[in-house]
Amino acid sequence: MTTKANERVNAVGLAYADYKGGASTLCKGCGHDSISSQIISVAYELSIEPHEIVKLSGIGCSSKSPAYFLGRSFGFNALHGRMPSVATGALTANRSLLAIGVSGDGDTASIGLGQFKHMMRRNVRMVYIVENNGVYGLTKGQFSATADYGQELKYAGRNDFPPADLCLEAIIAGCGFVARSFSGDPKQVRELLKAALSHRGTAVLDIISPCVTFNNRDDSTKSYSWGKENQDPLHEIAFVAPGFVPEQEEIVIDDYEPGEMRTVKMHDGSQIQLRKVEHDYDPTDKMGALQRLQMAQDEREFITGLIYYDSSRPSLAEVSNLPAEPLAALPAEKLRPSPETLREMMAAFG
Amino acid sequence: MTVTNDFSMVVATANGTGSQTANLALLRALFKMGIPVNGKNIFPSNIQGLPTWYHIRVSYEGFTARRHTSEVLVAFNQATVKEDVAALPAGGVCIYNDDWRDVPLRDDVTNYGIPVNTFLRQADVRGKLRDYMANMVYVGAVAQLLGISLEKIEEALTFHFGGREKLVTQNMDIVRLVYDWTAENIEKRDDYAVEALDLTGGQILVTGNEAAALGAIFGGVTLVSWYPITPSTSLVDAINDYLPRLRRDSETGEVSCAVIQAEDELAAVGMVVGAGWAGARAMTATSGPGISLMTEFVGLAYFAEIPAVIWDVQRVGPSTGLPTRTSQGDIIAAYFLGHGDTKHVLLLPATVGECFEFGTTAFDLAEQLQTPVLVMSDLDLGMNNWMAKPFDYPAEPLRRGKVLTAAEVAERVKNGGYGRYVDVDGDGIGYRTLPGNDHPRAAYFARGTGHTPQAVYSERPEDWHENMERLARKFETARQLVPPPVIDEVDGAEIGIIAYGTSLDAITEARYRLAKAGVKASFMRLRALPINGDVRDFISRYDRLLVVELNRDGQLCEILKMELPDLATKLQPLTHSDGLPLTARWLVDAIQKD
Repeated sequence: MTTKANERVNAVGLAYADYKGGASTLCKGCGHDSISSQIISVAYELSIEPHEIVKLSGIGCSSKSPAYFLGRSFGFNALHGRMPSVATGALTANRSLLAIGVSGDGDTASIGLGQFKHMMRRNVRMVYIVENNGVYGLTKGQFSATADYGQELKYAGRNDFPPADLCLEAIIAGCGFVARSFSGDPKQVRELLKAALSHRGTAVLDIISPCVTFNNRDDSTKSYSWGKENQDPLHEIAFVAPGFVPEQEEIVIDDYEPGEMRTVKMHDGSQIQLRKVEHDYDPTDKMGALQRLQMAQDEREFITGLIYYDSSRPSLAEVSNLPAEPLAALPAEKLRPSPETLREMMAAFG
Repeated sequence: MTVTNDFSMVVATANGTGSQTANLALLRALFKMGIPVNGKNIFPSNIQGLPTWYHIRVSYEGFTARRHTSEVLVAFNQATVKEDVAALPAGGVCIYNDDWRDVPLRDDVTNYGIPVNTFLRQADVRGKLRDYMANMVYVGAVAQLLGISLEKIEEALTFHFGGREKLVTQNMDIVRLVYDWTAENIEKRDDYAVEALDLTGGQILVTGNEAAALGAIFGGVTLVSWYPITPSTSLVDAINDYLPRLRRDSETGEVSCAVIQAEDELAAVGMVVGAGWAGARAMTATSGPGISLMTEFVGLAYFAEIPAVIWDVQRVGPSTGLPTRTSQGDIIAAYFLGHGDTKHVLLLPATVGECFEFGTTAFDLAEQLQTPVLVMSDLDLGMNNWMAKPFDYPAEPLRRGKVLTAAEVAERVKNGGYGRYVDVDGDGIGYRTLPGNDHPRAAYFARGTGHTPQAVYSERPEDWHENMERLARKFETARQLVPPPVIDEVDGAEIGIIAYGTSLDAITEARYRLAKAGVKASFMRLRALPINGDVRDFISRYDRLLVVELNRDGQLCEILKMELPDLATKLQPLTHSDGLPLTARWLVDAIQKD
């Protein structure tokens, strides 16, 4: 509609520009802007209609970012740490929406840890992106709950508390799609994002996204330089959209020979292809994933990739046995029971 | 002098022994005899062991307020028997467990000892069932002594057990045994009795929470998210009893509603706000402590203009307060809930009929005004059983407010543009769109931050100012939409009583008693906030105005003074705050004292 005749368009006839949002007001070089760009690219590439997407966020730098992508999608900038409950309500009211939640480490790991974990428990279908920089930006440099143990910052002094690992928290809470990435690795972010959108439950992407203003010293595990030098992908990841692969009913992870490729087939027929890098990492092994994450934390390793995958648990909409038609679209005659029903009820109270 | 159909009975038992079944059987049996009744459960915040008192009032005049005394005592709790006996008025009746030693019997009341254990042995009731069946013992004795028909007791038990015959028979066996024993062994020496009347025909007996649940259901509720808290829990329980069944597609088994137990009240109201934004009718039910926790979200919904319905079944605060006692103490908090300049629409039901009606009204107003609506019930209304006419089917269709389809957005875009918060009609209410609307200009970004009429982030002073002024304008629209007060004026009255909620019953009775004593009082019952013109006019007409409410500070009185500063000096608070419902006697004394 807004596209010019000679512009390149995707399968739904939209140009890249149709997926853009307002101009970012974040600091120049902020990792969050890079993630916003990947969201725009992915939505364009996958030819998702903007009205099928809703963007949700809490409060903070990260949570401002949904204004900077997908301007034609509905959005809700909720309360600090409370995006999951708003998302749960909205997506129960309309299960046909594809939801992208954007939060930060303060919003998720500090004030919002409770709602984050309960959303995983309920397995609400949503891509939950944590733009993790270990620091509060808008209030000028306090530690968040993901800050490094013993780290020193100009404003906040020394951090005497261990970091919360959101991937560990997600797995423990029952999340079936848990990934970690780095905003400095746009390709991996994109592939994970595509796969996450195909997951039929909550998909957590914990993306280390450096704060160039308050937490970008070389010794910080949330800095660009540290990320660039230390990122240790568990595998190379590629997403293959449905239609490019034959539809499958069951989700299985094929065995593969060492050094080869592991394929995760998803419910909607898409595939995640994981090419082994150096370790033999199995993302379907829960205990293995927990162990690997704990080890990474102890050793200050920056492992990235699809850390845990399990699609066996039904989503909240499935558990609730909701119809495909959005509840929000129910016509009046389905909303209000008949006079006969009221008469029967009244008789029972007599 | 025989007192027929005009007294109150109190049943003292220990909590958790199953006495509620027995008490409700007595209440419903009296109701089925055509005698106006009201039951009030004065219970502890406890699962088992602490004392509980169930008050049943019979009144041929139809009064349903709490009575200042209870003339008939069923003393079945040894822990409180001393104070229970002491509380009886002279000439009262004490039915007690004769197995106890040292019951402090008074000689100015009629005492009837019932050998409870003997019956339980006879009926061969053992173990856990013993405590439970002990309650049926007093049902049998009370039925015989007061003249309650056994047939009606059986009907009431059949109702209670949902027709499960074996349970009914088991219970009735004990009731009959004691009923017959009492007839043979006890000579009735007191003055209190009931006789069948024909004053409850065609009526129902229902709790306010059940009525509210039905109201919400007939108002189209689609998502309920909640966190358990006394005394609101039974409201959601009742929704759960009906809604999923009504919304279940018999062919596919799919259920077009959701009732979600949240992890706390923040999440409960958060889900409601999310669902309201997405276009579903969503509500939560809570009480004071939950309201405190919901504050931030209610402020967001006010500012981002999202419909939400919140039932506050009030208990006594501040803090945890008295979780199982009643009050009207949340009115100021609810009216201004949130930081910054916030004001909310409050509905103030006084009867189970209004609980049903406001179940729908709340959704209509929330969607028409695109704002949270709080319905201020209370424990007395919510958890106790009240007589009522069967509820009428809603006469009006659901009012969904200003929601644009994609085609309607297109029309607006063609004619100059669409902005979510543009005040097109001058009533302060913009046109909203719902997620999923596929017009490219339909989407907006809902936010709690400053924004332009087009919902774009803005820190411009003019934008902020204009938006807040529009919200104030919207509140003026609300004034005209909310249910008006119910006004009953008496010729020559010098007193004007102003009240809301469940003090209605005590006020009705007090006005009757005052009229007999030659004191005329008019009455205005508010059914909503904000107030409208009728309220000002009523207040203008009287010199002595008493604002009756169940809290310490006279909260509604303060709100009225703020809204009508020129009339403020006329308003006098008359407050009652001890956790118990108002009695007519207290009110009459308070009014006559001045």
